Amino acid sequence: MLTLNKITKHYNPGSVNELCLFDGFDFTVQDGEFVAIVGSNGSGKTSLLNIICGSIDVDGGSILVNGRDITQKKDYLRHKNIGRVYQDPSKGTCPHMTILENMSLADQKGRRYGLGRGVNKSRIGFYRELLAELGLGLEEKLHTQVGALSGGQRQAVALLMSTMTPIDFLILDEHTAALDPKTAETIMELTDRIVTEKGVTTVMVTHNLRYAIEYGNRLVMMHEGNIILDAKGEEKEKMRTEEIMDIFNRISVECGN
Amino acid sequence: MALVLSVMEQGLIYAVMALGMYITYKILDFPDMTVDGSFPMGAAAACILIVKGVSPVLTLPVCFLGGAFVGMLTGLIHVKLKVRDLLSGIIMMTALYTVNLRIAGQANLPIYNQNTIFDNAFVNGIFTGGLSAYKTVVIIFLIAMVSKCLLDWYLGTKSGFLLRAVGDNDTIVTSLGQDKGMVKIVGLSIANGLVAMSGCVFAQQQRFFDISVGTGTAVIGLASVIIGTSLFRRLSFLQVTTSVVIGSVIYKGCVALAVRMGMAASDLKLITAALFLAILVLGMERKKKVKADADIK
Repeated sequence: MLTLNKITKHYNPGSVNELCLFDGFDFTVQDGEFVAIVGSNGSGKTSLLNIICGSIDVDGGSILVNGRDITQKKDYLRHKNIGRVYQDPSKGTCPHMTILENMSLADQKGRRYGLGRGVNKSRIGFYRELLAELGLGLEEKLHTQVGALSGGQRQAVALLMSTMTPIDFLILDEHTAALDPKTAETIMELTDRIVTEKGVTTVMVTHNLRYAIEYGNRLVMMHEGNIILDAKGEEKEKMRTEEIMDIFNRISVECGN
Repeated sequence: MALVLSVMEQGLIYAVMALGMYITYKILDFPDMTVDGSFPMGAAAACILIVKGVSPVLTLPVCFLGGAFVGMLTGLIHVKLKVRDLLSGIIMMTALYTVNLRIAGQANLPIYNQNTIFDNAFVNGIFTGGLSAYKTVVIIFLIAMVSKCLLDWYLGTKSGFLLRAVGDNDTIVTSLGQDKGMVKIVGLSIANGLVAMSGCVFAQQQRFFDISVGTGTAVIGLASVIIGTSLFRRLSFLQVTTSVVIGSVIYKGCVALAVRMGMAASDLKLITAALFLAILVLGMERKKKVKADADIK
């Protein structure tokens, strides 16, 4: 279980541009939930993910994982239990390393990166299987540098890499936003499959309202650092895209977007 | 022939240093000026150790460790004290000037009558008669090859993968739950270890230490790396580390040619700088062209 407790976050404190994003923000994610977060620009969605992952510090409040306070924990230590896929497909993989080398790197997560061989040959069959499930033909390109792949292919590899080892949370930061509609669809279906198979607790930020409706079992809408809609289970099932769109337009109009 | 031998000797000595700079410049994307101090540090340490009667072979690992320590300090300054990469190196380089004087005890220290890795009973026993002219180049070649192979081996380990990853995309290192700062420190350590070892070999070949031998090390190293990696970019069968070694020999060849064409020895640093500039500019030309080719396709 992930709990954000009375989080306070200011940007540019002490300057004329000071912006108070979160003021006593509370948020809880139960184990096994697949939360889709939507909201306008500047509503705090990505900041929320960054706060969970430790990429940005908070000014006040606490972050708890299964009751343990991790507010002061360094970002890289938090990532030991977190898988993360970024909006930018180049962030989740190493472009100058081959698919095989990338997979081997990810496979070692949670263990020591010592002086053993970087690629464990006995695992190649397993990597091939994982890649074959994507249906993109990447299992035949193990020795291709990831930089030579398309954005969608890279994102698929990044998704595999982030979920290869046991993790407590999967964080998806608009991970389909930089892809063309068809590829985005493929990646989203793949995401859903992986999340369902592994039963991993997932927090997904998206700009696509339809994805937020179709996927996941909880929908959260944020606006100016507050949660203005939080629908779970049946309540979420009943929601229609138009409904969400209505609310979304209303808040957007309010702030003049 | 003597010129070719001398170019090979010099080129291969600097190749060890270039391998180190390959780690910082190409893999970590870290413009490391520390090398201008760690190279002469290796030279100073080698000379003083030999004068004190330490076995010349032992100076190699000692210098490597010394260089690794200095590299670690640069890394700590950059990572822990959050000083910019270039400045961290410059700070260390400047500090090392004094340290090197302290190590050697004076601004130049000759070791003409001492045993070195090139001149001792064992080596002289193998290379007799006409072979003795080649002993230096053979020994340097062996040292360069062992360094290259060890580096290749390291880059193929899990730890080496992480080093490559941090230069390629440091976000992913964090995502893997690893401290990217730590990885950078390790990289800088290995790099400066190699550089100091190169200085150690250099001093034993020249048979003296001089405080000024380090000036321009970074430029020579970068030039070698850039020549190697851009000239042999398309030869995929050639390992990058091998290209760097060849790049270093080519670079020294160019300098030797310039000197032969009538430039004085005192012009050396100017030649070094001018050549480096030429290589940088030409290297960029290639990059543009390659990109244009890719765009057309």
